[in-house]
Amino acid sequence: MSLLIQDLHACIPDREILKGFSLEVKPGEVHAIMGPNGSGKSTLSKVLCGHEDYEVTSGSVTLDGEDLLAMDVDARSRAGLFLAFQYPFEIPGVSNANFIRAALQARLPKGEELDAVGYYKQLYRRMDELEMSRSFTARSVNEGFSGGEKKRNEILQLMMLEPKYSILDETDSGLDIDALKVVSQGVNAMRSPERGFLVITHYQRLLDYIKPDIVHVMVEGRLIRSGGPELALELEAKGYELTHAA
Amino acid sequence: MSVETPDIADIRADSVGDFYFPENHVYDAGYGLSEKTIDYICDVKNDPDWVREFRKKALKVFEEKPMPTHWATTDLNNIKFEEFRYYLAGDRKAKRSWDDVPEEVKKTFERLGIPEQERKFLAGVEAQYDSEAAYSNVKKVVEEQGVIFMNSTEALQQHPDIFRKWFGKVIPTGDNKFSALNSAVFSGGSFIYIPPGVKVKHPLQAYFRINSEQFGQFERTLIIADEGAEVMYMEGCTAPKFETATLHSAVVELVAMKGAKIQYVTVQNWSSNVFNLVTKRGIAHEDAEVRWIDCNIGSRLTMKYPGVVMKGRRARGEVISIALANTGQHQDTGAKMIHAADETTSNVISKSISIGKGRATYRGLVHIPKHLKGCKNNTECDALLINSSSRTDTYPAINVRGNEHATQHEASVSQVSAEQIFYMQQRGLSEAEAMSLSVNGFINDLVREFPMEYSVELKRLIDLEMEGSVG
Repeated sequence: MSLLIQDLHACIPDREILKGFSLEVKPGEVHAIMGPNGSGKSTLSKVLCGHEDYEVTSGSVTLDGEDLLAMDVDARSRAGLFLAFQYPFEIPGVSNANFIRAALQARLPKGEELDAVGYYKQLYRRMDELEMSRSFTARSVNEGFSGGEKKRNEILQLMMLEPKYSILDETDSGLDIDALKVVSQGVNAMRSPERGFLVITHYQRLLDYIKPDIVHVMVEGRLIRSGGPELALELEAKGYELTHAA
Repeated sequence: MSVETPDIADIRADSVGDFYFPENHVYDAGYGLSEKTIDYICDVKNDPDWVREFRKKALKVFEEKPMPTHWATTDLNNIKFEEFRYYLAGDRKAKRSWDDVPEEVKKTFERLGIPEQERKFLAGVEAQYDSEAAYSNVKKVVEEQGVIFMNSTEALQQHPDIFRKWFGKVIPTGDNKFSALNSAVFSGGSFIYIPPGVKVKHPLQAYFRINSEQFGQFERTLIIADEGAEVMYMEGCTAPKFETATLHSAVVELVAMKGAKIQYVTVQNWSSNVFNLVTKRGIAHEDAEVRWIDCNIGSRLTMKYPGVVMKGRRARGEVISIALANTGQHQDTGAKMIHAADETTSNVISKSISIGKGRATYRGLVHIPKHLKGCKNNTECDALLINSSSRTDTYPAINVRGNEHATQHEASVSQVSAEQIFYMQQRGLSEAEAMSLSVNGFINDLVREFPMEYSVELKRLIDLEMEGSVG
């Protein structure tokens, strides 16, 4: 049982970006991936989710033993993989409540209807935890949201969908310190022995709030170092140049 | 007595209207259109002499008028008028009870959910099968208010005075080639008269069903709301998909007298071999309101520009339209707003969606002459393109003279982005579900204008269209 990535290579038409990436995230673990710009961190999250711009040339990814790369984007989601986007997209005219409801409905067997009362109860509870105003249920998904509101909304979706493995892609970018705290609390509330997290970040700051079990350093499409939380502090102090020497 | 159920043909489980029963017509005008065809129709329908003359005159106008291909698509040239049948009917008399309706016709409308809707929320229903209404009934409370609701064939026999007074007055025979065609061979359609001050609480509905191949349906609808009266009329249409083309060419005339209000709602879901060439116009007298709420799904080519002539002071006209063009389809739709009195107000909101190689065209005309004061028009047209091969065009003509008017025009074109779909799929929605959600979001504010029962149906139809368009 794990999200197991083995020797993954992926490219865009003119360039290879992931060059032999390997990592295992087990339920209950929080992994952080740090690395300089252009190291392939965001590409990794998109490749795992099946974005059509990237071609996997070799390697394997399994989710609890199932071949993730053989699944469509939506099947990967339903299998338990969630990505909190760095830049969430807007969906004009579709209310937040309806969108999340549709996502939950998509997880039910055909013919089974989501219980609306229970759904709204849960939605309101999670929104309260994220200090989101109720007006966000009726507003169109991410439309006119501030950067911080978009990130909260990503975590709201994470909390509602309760995925087995979550990837947070630079969730801290564009957040002020208060928003960062609220978002981190949301993630921490979801930590459990059944769930694994992969936190991608450029800065150590986020890891003060979401404490990782293991920190990895990614450079040029693969991991070059792994260690405990202290590795993040070391990177913060010495910069990514250190990693080149290592 | 046991009734033998005829075999139903060509059922596709995922389709709404794509099925048909074997033809069982007593009356068939045969292929092609000539004076003989008109005489046949007049004889069968027992038309009065003035109608026979009216039809024959119209046939001449139709024959003389060229196809409007100088501004419209040349696909019109592919209509082979000699290959259609212009009148097909079983029993000519509409039944008041579904029990009396022939089995296959009843089954057709049951499949389309009409009797169920009638029980649930309608004040009256007319169900037309090919050329004639098979069923027509209005609820007793509505009838007792003096409301007349019947098909045009019955109306011109039973209520010749009101019928003749307004028939062909809003849309003259020579308005365009297809209004002339309809005037020559019209059959079926609704006639509605609402007496002064009567507000019909529930909608009246007509359903137009084509069951036969190489056939043209030419219903003629005339709705008159007398002073202060209010009515909502809804129409639905479907046809099975045959190998050959089908023609649907209706004429709809609305008259809203002083202070009256007419809302006309259309949800058409034609199969992709139907040429749908329809002329719709309403006259709004002083303080009256005419609203067209129009949803065009399916057909090979739809040309339809509902219009309102605001004839009385403070009259209002509105067109709210949604068009969805899939591969092989061209939705050429729009609105005509003719301001003919002071302080008249018109509003046009049009949204179109083009899928695959589908093409959506908006044509708008707003006319405000110089001698009027205080007229207002607002026009918004938005297009959504789903694929890179989808197409949209906009041809607005705003003809405003004088400087005491306010007009406003906004247009936008947007595209569903691959990133947006990826985002939704990452949440577990299939590609088709994600597309449907995007499209429904795009038209969401307009769907709210439809009665609840229809907006649910609309969403289902759009979901069906999207399912076929991806993967």
